[in-house]
Amino acid sequence: MSVDLILFLVLALAAIATALGMLLSRNAVYSALFLVLNFATVAVFYLLLSAPFIAMSQISVYAGAIMVLFLFVIMLLGAEQLKPLQGLPWQRPLAFLLALMLIVESVYLLIFRSQPQGQIPVGNETFGNPQAVGEMLFSQYLLPFEITSIVLLVAMVAAIVLSKKEKGERA
Amino acid sequence: MVPVNYYITLSAILFSIGALGVLIRRNPLVIFMSVELMLNSANLAFVTFARMHESLNGQIFVFFIMAVAAAEVAVGLALIVQIFKTKHDINVDEMSSLKG
Amino acid sequence: MFLSESTITGFFFLAPWLVFAPVAGLLFNIIFGGRLSEKWIGTVASLASGTAFVVSALLAYSVAANHGELVRWRLAEWIHIGTLNLDWTFRVDSLSTTMMLVVSGVGTLIHIYAIGYMHEDVRFKNDVGRFRRFFVFLNLFIAAMMILVSGDSYMMLFVGWEGVGLCSFLLIGFWYEMDTLARPSWANSNAAKKAFIVNRVGDFGFLMAGFLMFWNFGSFQFDAVFKAAPALAEANPGLIVAITLFMLVGVAGKSAQIPLYVWLPDAMAGPTPVSALIHAATMVTAGVYLVTRSAPLYTLVPQAQYVVAMTGAVTALFAATIAVGQYDIKKVLAYSTISQLGFMVAAVGMGAYVAGIFHLITHAFFKALLFLSAGSVILGLERGHHHAAHAHHDEKHGKSVKTKHEDHHEEVFDPGDMRNMGGLRKTMPVTFWLYMIGTLALAGIFPFAGFWSKDEILLDAAKLYPQVYWLLAIAAFFTAFYMGRQIWMVFFGEARHEAAAHAKESPKVITIPLMVLAALSVLGGALNLPYIHTLGNWLEHTIEVVEHEVHIVPWLEQSFGGLNIYVALISTAAALLAIIISWLIYGRKPLKTGQPDPLKKPLGFIFTGMENKWFVDEGYWAVIINPFVKISYFLADVIDWRFWHDWFHETVIAGTYNWISEIMLNRYADQKGIDAFANGLGSVTQNISAAMRKVQNGFVRSYALSVLLGIVLILGYLLFK
Repeated sequence: MSVDLILFLVLALAAIATALGMLLSRNAVYSALFLVLNFATVAVFYLLLSAPFIAMSQISVYAGAIMVLFLFVIMLLGAEQLKPLQGLPWQRPLAFLLALMLIVESVYLLIFRSQPQGQIPVGNETFGNPQAVGEMLFSQYLLPFEITSIVLLVAMVAAIVLSKKEKGERA
Repeated sequence: MVPVNYYITLSAILFSIGALGVLIRRNPLVIFMSVELMLNSANLAFVTFARMHESLNGQIFVFFIMAVAAAEVAVGLALIVQIFKTKHDINVDEMSSLKG
Repeated sequence: MFLSESTITGFFFLAPWLVFAPVAGLLFNIIFGGRLSEKWIGTVASLASGTAFVVSALLAYSVAANHGELVRWRLAEWIHIGTLNLDWTFRVDSLSTTMMLVVSGVGTLIHIYAIGYMHEDVRFKNDVGRFRRFFVFLNLFIAAMMILVSGDSYMMLFVGWEGVGLCSFLLIGFWYEMDTLARPSWANSNAAKKAFIVNRVGDFGFLMAGFLMFWNFGSFQFDAVFKAAPALAEANPGLIVAITLFMLVGVAGKSAQIPLYVWLPDAMAGPTPVSALIHAATMVTAGVYLVTRSAPLYTLVPQAQYVVAMTGAVTALFAATIAVGQYDIKKVLAYSTISQLGFMVAAVGMGAYVAGIFHLITHAFFKALLFLSAGSVILGLERGHHHAAHAHHDEKHGKSVKTKHEDHHEEVFDPGDMRNMGGLRKTMPVTFWLYMIGTLALAGIFPFAGFWSKDEILLDAAKLYPQVYWLLAIAAFFTAFYMGRQIWMVFFGEARHEAAAHAKESPKVITIPLMVLAALSVLGGALNLPYIHTLGNWLEHTIEVVEHEVHIVPWLEQSFGGLNIYVALISTAAALLAIIISWLIYGRKPLKTGQPDPLKKPLGFIFTGMENKWFVDEGYWAVIINPFVKISYFLADVIDWRFWHDWFHETVIAGTYNWISEIMLNRYADQKGIDAFANGLGSVTQNISAAMRKVQNGFVRSYALSVLLGIVLILGYLLFK
């Protein structure tokens, strides 16, 4: 039982717990906050996996921007309170069942049926640092990078267009 | 010295929880958040494999996924806001006009 | 095209226009006639016929310019199968040009006459649109007759033969839905049918002769047959006799001899121009032409010649007796035609071909004249009838009231019945004089045309076959008698019906062609005057006349170039005597309305026989037609209809089939089996789809659930397979 393993298990537990919390919260705000915690946990995982740049991106983009956006919208629309369950009563049990089966299958697959992949090797320090990522990004993946920027532009434009007021409509 | 399989298992579990969230919750915002969770679990798997193979390609891909996820969230939320404006209710179950 | 060896100049290339001009005329009238006025239709038709006449004249001139040499102008190949070679070749020689001139000449005059006649006729019968059809048929007739007389082989002749038979049918039955008094009836179409069927019997004879000819001579072409005939006559004389006698059957059919003459009186149902053209001047002479053309065959077999001559003579006398008892003006002329045809057939049968053709020509002139004048008389009576009816109508209702045309004619009026006529000499003077000329020509009074031609026949008969001579002489007596009777009854005395009293003269378009014919009837004798023998010399280029060795009675030996004074005197005296007797009976005490014929009491049953055509038609009906009809009815009704149709087809075949299809196939196989299956498929599909439809509930989340389900299943499969 090395430190890595213990750390991993604790964090894994935290991740799953927050995920479940997001799932089961009545209040949408609580769900969002749980999700923020989940993202934070995953960011720590990234650090463990020698991906510091990605970890910071996770915190700043996901947890910092995306979730904030979510919270804005939740509070804007007043969706904290939800009505009790209606319609498709059979959906819930079946979904639970299927998810359970999926988990069982995945666990079975990954623990018992796969070849041992070995340990995560001890890596060098320069692996995954921003410099290395930047180098790769601007040389080998330049085209996807540029395209991604266009995607972001399009998303911005789309968001603005979609929320434009129609003539005569009240906000 | 954590075996790779553990990370992948975790990823799978998070994915399933996300899928469950999509299926069970009726609030579209929560559904959206579950989708983000699923994307996140995929990211985790990517980074794990990148580490395993000592290749940065996985991390680059995660970068792109994040960027696109952000764009998607922006557009999706704008849509949800619009729907709320018209319908004054964001219960997914009420939106069954495409019934066959 | 074939030309004879010597240099040929002339208009022979125009020969096809004999046929094509009338055909062009009839096609023009078919296509454009609907938009033209009656005058134009008639003019086009007359011009077409006139063109044929001009071509005939030019061809005759060309033949004359070539000293009567034969020219054969081939137009097209027709049938070439095995050894049978038939071409459409025009034979231009003196005999055929003579016939062409007569047909087209008289035909054109009758076309012009018909313009006026049909103009009134279609109005009397209330069908103005039918005017065009008449001229189309008339042109068709001219075309067919031209094919007949210009044919170079027996088959081409037969094509024309059949064609004129068809036109005869079409024109007799022109007013097919009525009878002669314009009442709705089968009478006219029955008359047309009778003509066609009786002619068919004649055609059968012609065809048998043709088959024998082809079988033995190998060809139908005239020259080939005539060249090979003498050799075959030596070897097998019976063959030539058979051929010639079969041809006689054809002649009897077409030229109305015993026993196939019965169609011609009924053919008077057709309009008068038809009677004049077809049944007096042209079609009926086709038989005479046939015998004349086959002269080389007939001269080989004197036995057959005798039969032909006797047939002609007996027919001449027989028909003349019937004509005495007829009351319809056209029927008298019809039987007269049969009788005169008997003269012609007797002549050519005896071998007097020139005499026969001469009489054919003069007969065409004066018989056409007589028929057309009779038509003028009939129209005059119709006009008078209408005039009288209008006068009555105005008396009864006053001049301003108009009622329908049909209301005027309460009683059935026959304008052709001589008992309704009388005194027409005063009301229709032009027609009267024209009729007189025709009568005198027919009776054979010097110097009219009929005298010369009839006397030539009588002389030849006297020389060759005395029995024929006596028969013909008595027939000539009767001829003069019944024509005299007709003149006194129609034109003299008092009008016996108000229609005759009000009769009006015919317009010029009718009387002018008649005047031309009258002139020809007067002057026609010049064609073959004794010593000059214009026609005889002309025809001799074509017909080789073989003089038989006969014992000539001394008093006949003195002939002035073809005219014997005794024969002439006897015939003229007989004719005058007949006319005087007819005047005594019919002229001195003119008939009154409703008075029976003065001959009825003295002659008793003989006159009844004459009146009723010696019951020949009734005999045919009893012996041939009625049994035939009965057998037909039996075959049709019992055997065909009741047995085959009702029982066998309906019950056995149709019933079985229906049972199979209805019970077995329809009910069990089809409805219970296949239908059930098909419907079942349909309802299964419907049910499945109704169930499946519920999947599309519109809820996005359930769709996502399905996706997850799919993932789980696939993963499971992949894991545990």
